[in-house]
Amino acid sequence: MTKQLPGVDIVLVGFGWTGAIYAEKLTAAGLNVLALERGPWRDTPNDFATTFAQDELRYYWRHGMFQEASQATLTFRNNSAQTALPMRHWGSFLPGNGVGGAGVHWNGQTYRFLPSDFVARTHNEERYGPLPEHVTVQDYGVTYDELEPHFDFFEKICGICGQAGNLNGETVEGGNPFEGPRSDNYPNPPMQMTFSQDRFASAARELGLNPFPVPSANMSRAYVNPLGLQLAPCTYCGFCEKHGCGNYSKSSPQTTIIPVLMQRPNFALRTNSEVLSVEKAADGSRASGVTYIDANGDTFFQPAEVVVLCAYPLENTRLLLLSQIGEPYDPQSGDGVVGKNYCYQVMSSATVFYDEEFTNGFVGAGALGMVIDDYNGDNFDHSGLGFIGGGYIACHTTNARPIESHPVPDNVPSWGSRWKKAVRENFLKTTSVGVHGASMAHRSNYLDLDPTYTDTHGRPLLRMTYDFTLNDRRLTQHLTPIAQQIANGMGGREVKVNIRRGSYDSVPYQTTHNTGGTIMGADPRTSVVNRYCQSWDFPNLFVAGAGLFPQNAGYNPTGTVGALAYWSVDAIVNQYLRQPGPLVQP
Amino acid sequence: MRRLSPTLTSLAALTFICSATLTPGASRAQELAYSQVERGRYLTVAGDCKACHTDLENDGVPFAGGRGLSTPFGTIFSSNLTPDDETGLGHWTRDDFYRALNEGMDRDGHHLYPAMPYPYFTLMTRDDTDAIFAYLRTLDPVTAEVPENELPFPLSVRRSVWGWKLLFFDDEEFVSDPDASDAWNRGRYLVDGPLHCGGCHTGKNALGADDSDEYLRGGVLENWYAPNIRGGENGGIADWNPDDIVEFLRDGRSRHTAPMQRMGEVVALSTQHLHQEDLEAIATYLKSLDDQPRENQAEPDAARVEIGEAIYFDNCAACHASDRSGVPYLFAPLRTSNKVLAEDPSTAIRIILGGARAQPTEAIPSVLAMPPFEWKLSDDQIADLMTYLRQSGDRSAGPVSASQVSEMREYLADEH
Repeated sequence: MTKQLPGVDIVLVGFGWTGAIYAEKLTAAGLNVLALERGPWRDTPNDFATTFAQDELRYYWRHGMFQEASQATLTFRNNSAQTALPMRHWGSFLPGNGVGGAGVHWNGQTYRFLPSDFVARTHNEERYGPLPEHVTVQDYGVTYDELEPHFDFFEKICGICGQAGNLNGETVEGGNPFEGPRSDNYPNPPMQMTFSQDRFASAARELGLNPFPVPSANMSRAYVNPLGLQLAPCTYCGFCEKHGCGNYSKSSPQTTIIPVLMQRPNFALRTNSEVLSVEKAADGSRASGVTYIDANGDTFFQPAEVVVLCAYPLENTRLLLLSQIGEPYDPQSGDGVVGKNYCYQVMSSATVFYDEEFTNGFVGAGALGMVIDDYNGDNFDHSGLGFIGGGYIACHTTNARPIESHPVPDNVPSWGSRWKKAVRENFLKTTSVGVHGASMAHRSNYLDLDPTYTDTHGRPLLRMTYDFTLNDRRLTQHLTPIAQQIANGMGGREVKVNIRRGSYDSVPYQTTHNTGGTIMGADPRTSVVNRYCQSWDFPNLFVAGAGLFPQNAGYNPTGTVGALAYWSVDAIVNQYLRQPGPLVQP
Repeated sequence: MRRLSPTLTSLAALTFICSATLTPGASRAQELAYSQVERGRYLTVAGDCKACHTDLENDGVPFAGGRGLSTPFGTIFSSNLTPDDETGLGHWTRDDFYRALNEGMDRDGHHLYPAMPYPYFTLMTRDDTDAIFAYLRTLDPVTAEVPENELPFPLSVRRSVWGWKLLFFDDEEFVSDPDASDAWNRGRYLVDGPLHCGGCHTGKNALGADDSDEYLRGGVLENWYAPNIRGGENGGIADWNPDDIVEFLRDGRSRHTAPMQRMGEVVALSTQHLHQEDLEAIATYLKSLDDQPRENQAEPDAARVEIGEAIYFDNCAACHASDRSGVPYLFAPLRTSNKVLAEDPSTAIRIILGGARAQPTEAIPSVLAMPPFEWKLSDDQIADLMTYLRQSGDRSAGPVSASQVSEMREYLADEH
């Protein structure tokens, strides 16, 4: 039997980056906020202390921090003609679980998308003519200029370390000359670079490209953020991605927001509480709250004036589908919106092997790198190339972890004594140049509910139907040779190119950058939420996260996810509370 | 939809205060004069009354007592300070209250155990104790019986306290030193009176009374070593400047270290809420206290120092830096640490074994902690590490033996 609980002003579904952001701003506005988190409580001293945070077996191999695939996973297929099967062990991406979400085990690469990324359809059609049929690329409905103050604030909350390239329209030497105008520099200087970044930067400059430091949420120095919370200088241990940071050196909800929330009497958090569905009011005009199940298996109805979906994009989409809110996307007709425009990322790389020089890859950090943006977004002329978008090309030093990482040159067997010898010879003498390619929306890539498989509560799993598109293939074919060219200029003995070819494979890890499914836009016929991330169907339902992206840009998503959350919660506080109702008239 | 807007809450509070002060009836009104009550509230914060008189471990009602205070002689339970007639101070008068603080006597003429720090509170002026009493009268009365103390005979007989007081207690009020500055006098009044710093930081004799030769030179409480807090020449915090002391007490962070455990509680409940002038006065006074030079320590075994340095590099250097300079305000610099270099290394050993959390405050809410190493380092390793750290600091401190570590390990195992 479902137990009815007393109502709250705001209920947040999920308590990672976006949950923490909404909670902080809404409690500061005087509202009673309750966050429901499916996973456990996690904090630095107890859950990823320095004495065991680098336990690779526990966190990387055994997935210590990720969603438990035996309780809920998703099914996957490359196209509608196939039968999707459940992912029983995570591979290509690693959804988070627990307080802080994936914000605990991210790398910390914190970009702003380009101004043209937010108006991708309008911009590209103006410059190159109509997009091909079935390319369902859309505008966000919000512009870079509108988001700029929120990018700026998120960077200050996180203490991002970087070098501005465009301050109020003025180009600044050493930064990204292609970035949108910034109202302020980064709050902290870039990290200390290593041998590999120096070689990458020289090689890129030789080619007339514009290298700049990767904006990093790994700290270059001690920092106190606007909420009074402390971050410590990074120790360059290289255990960022898939691990929590024991040294307080990586921005996460735990280090930058949650301690303040836990002191506020109008904030409450219930962990091990999984939301099963968003409930609708009897008259069908609004969301009335959420139903959740706790660790004892008891179910509760939690009434709320406003519901915000702050879970991972895949789970936000699934919750809307399970709750029958919004019209599910139909790839046959192209109608419907929930599950539409699922996008991902196209990755490729070139590994450089040195004979004499030591790259010492173990001296690393998740966002320690130099990068070029000359081939991202529409920073270059796409005329005649047959694709839109691009990606950054970067040289990071991170992840040189003994279980996970043992790069060997071509023509070395994948096991046995020759392989071991090659690992020994090369472990300290390699680096890699990676291409972080955008993923453009296509009519055939989408999310819906699986007809066969269910989770531990008996609810249908999410079904992912995805393959690389023609745009993706042309993009990676164009950018990978440029990465190779830079790698060739870095003075190594040989370069091994890892091309992205064939269909998308859900097994090898690429990135946890799943986007779309709950996309934002200007038109209720083609988007789930409006420009303020407010549901077109229920004005008291908001959605956060990378599920809002109509297509994925050639960057890591967290910077834009943070900015969109601050933009949306600002609209709740300054517009919605004064006059609850639709903030955009359809 | 705003259920409880901040504006409405403060309005409600304001209305309440107005009605309280405007209540007719001259004598009552005078007793509840807002300024008097507010001064009393501030002094209860300064005296950290809430810490002992609230059962914090069990989310007790503030000031309703019942917290078990473990002393070397047994467990003493704190009393209920709310104005409940049966179990609290409901029938007490201002005179009764003054006598409790000034003479250590309760309303019925029984001696109070000196776990209640009246040997310090005796310095407080009548004006101050009246103000505290006025504040306590404004609390909601809570019926809360206090458990019986767990003390062995003869200490279980209250009269035994009479003898103790005869030996170690003088009721006296604070006398200003006319040659010293107002700030210094205010600082001394706060340190020796309401803040009762000596309760932990002054060494005790066998019967638990302050040893005046050991005044603020460090003391042991529940196996924590409360460090020497004399700030003058040769003092335990000689290298702290007055701002460091103020930051430590106000923000719960300083360049040197952060408050933890019992001191963390003091900062959280008390000192972070004190006025800036008072914190500066405390710093002025502490900085005036010189100490004797430290005796030279024997050179430790070079092999142990070398091992200790290697252990340090592998386990500690990532946060505390390879040259032990730490990260000021985050990770303690160890070359000048008054915990590492204390004559009694208990606190440092205990932190290495069991870890410790820097106290979050309103100014700096970060939850920083050092993890426990008891599962990772042996007694010998910790002893060598400590010996290395104590040998390489700015003051030489004696080596640490494996048996010292092992004793602390057993104590911590028993405690949990």
